[in-house]
Amino acid sequence: MNTTTTPSQSVYPVTPDQGAAKEAILTVIVDNEPGVLSRVVGLFSARGYNIESLTVAEVDVEKHRSRITIVTSGTEQKIEQIKAQLGRLVPVRRVADVTKESDALTRELALVKISATGDHRVEAMRVAEIFRARPLDTTHTSFIFEVTGARDKINAFLDLLRPLGLTEVSRTGVLSIRRGAETD
Amino acid sequence: MTTALKTSGMNEAVSTAPSTAQKSGAELVLDALEEQGVDVIFGYPGGAVLPIYDALHHRSSIQHILMRHEQGAVHAAEGYARSTGKVGVALVTSGPGATNAVTGLADALLDSIPIICISGQVARPFIGTDAFQECDTTGITRSCTKHNYLAQSAKSLSGIIHEAFHIARRGRPGPVLVDIPKDVQFEEAAYTPRAEAKNRNCIVVPDIKNNDIEHAVELMRHARRPVFYTGGGVINAGASAQLRALARQTGFPLTSTLMGLGSFPASDPQWLGMLGMHGSLEANNAMHDCDLMICVGARFDDRVTGRLDAFSPNSRKIHIDIDPSSVNKNVPVDLAIIGDAGEVMDAMLAEWRRRETQEKHDKVRIAEWLMQIDGWRARKSFQFEPADDRIKPQHAVQRLYELTRGKDVYITTEVGQHQMWAAQYFHFDEPNRWMTSGGLGTMGYGLPAALGVQVAHPDALVIDIAGDASVQMTMQEMSAAVQYGLPIKIFIINNAYLGMVRQWQELLHGRRYSHSYSDSLPDFVKLADAYGGHGIRAEKPHELDAKIEEMLASKKPVLFDCVVTNEENVFPMIPSGAAHNEMLMGGAVTGDEISDEGKVLV
Ligand SMILES: Cc1ncc(C[n+]2csc(CCOP(=O)(O)OP(=O)(O)O)c2C)c(N)n1
Repeated sequence: MNTTTTPSQSVYPVTPDQGAAKEAILTVIVDNEPGVLSRVVGLFSARGYNIESLTVAEVDVEKHRSRITIVTSGTEQKIEQIKAQLGRLVPVRRVADVTKESDALTRELALVKISATGDHRVEAMRVAEIFRARPLDTTHTSFIFEVTGARDKINAFLDLLRPLGLTEVSRTGVLSIRRGAETD
Repeated sequence: MTTALKTSGMNEAVSTAPSTAQKSGAELVLDALEEQGVDVIFGYPGGAVLPIYDALHHRSSIQHILMRHEQGAVHAAEGYARSTGKVGVALVTSGPGATNAVTGLADALLDSIPIICISGQVARPFIGTDAFQECDTTGITRSCTKHNYLAQSAKSLSGIIHEAFHIARRGRPGPVLVDIPKDVQFEEAAYTPRAEAKNRNCIVVPDIKNNDIEHAVELMRHARRPVFYTGGGVINAGASAQLRALARQTGFPLTSTLMGLGSFPASDPQWLGMLGMHGSLEANNAMHDCDLMICVGARFDDRVTGRLDAFSPNSRKIHIDIDPSSVNKNVPVDLAIIGDAGEVMDAMLAEWRRRETQEKHDKVRIAEWLMQIDGWRARKSFQFEPADDRIKPQHAVQRLYELTRGKDVYITTEVGQHQMWAAQYFHFDEPNRWMTSGGLGTMGYGLPAALGVQVAHPDALVIDIAGDASVQMTMQEMSAAVQYGLPIKIFIINNAYLGMVRQWQELLHGRRYSHSYSDSLPDFVKLADAYGGHGIRAEKPHELDAKIEEMLASKKPVLFDCVVTNEENVFPMIPSGAAHNEMLMGGAVTGDEISDEGKVLV
């Protein structure tokens, strides 16, 4: 006695599509203890979540608390899952989706090296001025600029510098903080 | 002063010792275990844990069971934990000791079993130098424990162990590993009592919201086709009584996952049997056709849901779980209630009763549903064709069940077809009686787990329903069973195949039985003899009962070689990639039942 099965449309694992993937910035407050960063990063790799950028530093020396800011992306359901999974880690004190839950300021800092002479050099200086980038180091053939801003601004800055002799970039990844008096 | 205190304070109750008394790290470990109520450790010694073993030597309050492999030690601790509701403890050495424990830890993580694994580590100055028997234990076990520690000093040691127990028990239970460098075991420090240890919470459980309870009961009172879908979480929460009360009060039918068996009595007419890939027709059809699903302590695992896009398409779903990450992970639900299953069900029951006094629940509302379920039940999906000349595996489990009824019995299993037959044909009326590796599916779990159960319940009948292949993965623990006089019964359903693999090859791979035949099986009767146990073989149906009686009468560990038909399949079956209402029933299978998409699933 066999029931015939209709062909499956599913592939494994099947995550019901809950709309389009979008970016999320998560702030994770953790106890600063050995291995904590690898717990967080390991969770992302083990469960196949995406990390676009990650920054971490101790922010409360007395309580040994660090703040990790992670830029990730996924459907709404996936982001909720990431937050819940992070919440299960013992050293994690708080997880907040600053993009969603609060009006947040975000900033990133980049150090940018340009190797250029002649017209390109002049043009690079002009672009830097528009973006309020600060020259930190100057030689006859190179500049290093420091620029801060939202990620889009930094991307735009880099796009403009690329044809002008951009040779190296170092970026911090996104930092964020809630506007107003409230804290995370 | 230090040494004087050490010797005189040795046998004193820990809590009364002045907290300034200095003790070695090894003694501190045992003090902390003692204060946590540990009376038995399953372990295996080695260089990096010798100081702890030395301290154990004169500590009569803690029994140590010497296992034959660290995997066995962890599974034994799991069996102990699962059957008692307490935390199980394993002790292993560094390097290979720790890596051998990994399978057990991963198993405990997936099945939410509270255990503590203490591992030795090379001395602090050697860490990172590729020293002898060094491995990055905390790194290796990070993703297969709920939490782990590298104890950096003796001062922090007892506090860490208390926190480890707290984490293992609290919220959704799980394994916690504490890695202790050898020099920390020698270093002296003061003891931190349990009451003074910091207890960070792994899961912060919010208060149960009245609104949610009212909403849930509202949905329940209006349901016409309700079903309870329960899991191992009910057992972990010790909430069987609440589940029973709620089920009786509402009259709703109830099914459970593999892990939840026993939380509701199998003899009850409301019981639908297990659900999922090899669950009963009535359970799976009820899940598919219900209009209200009340999930308690289960996690919508792929073995349970089948094809997700066809999973219970027309139901509202309530999910009660202690772990927020379980909610909406695989299946979106309409109402999530985060909390302890017992507390939530108590609240639901109170609300249900309150509503009853206002207006009686109209039982007629679900009468038609119950009749429909009876119709499915009448199809007897666990039926099989008996044979005269050879023992059918289902029949073997059935007889084992009948002949042990009314006894104080605990069942463990290995992994494979026999595990499914055990779940289908052995019935449980009480929780904590059924120990099986559900999440990880670890062959070799059952024998050492049985040993752990027997240690916890010395007078009970503990049976491992085993497969001929699985049992060889941890067979050496027979030696430990004999050493400690633990009369576990290993009931081997011997089909001479890696049966579950063979079944999948039959259904998915054109009967090409690639490397799934167990050639050169040992003579299990002689093997039992060699270990100093009791070997029994049954080959014919007519001798089965008498042989089982012989096993039950034996005071020794038994290897029972139950020789069964070789190519039996587990039915009914939801093929991978199919929906709940597309079950294959027993009988001839052509091999075309599983779609190509289904084949890529596991
Ligand atoms: C450690 C481990 N390795 C491999 C598997 C894959 N596997 C699942 S069932 C099975 C066959 C088990 O054979 P046996 O123990 O004889 O039980 P049967 O299915 O024949 O009842 C295998 C190899 C597993 N579950 N665990």
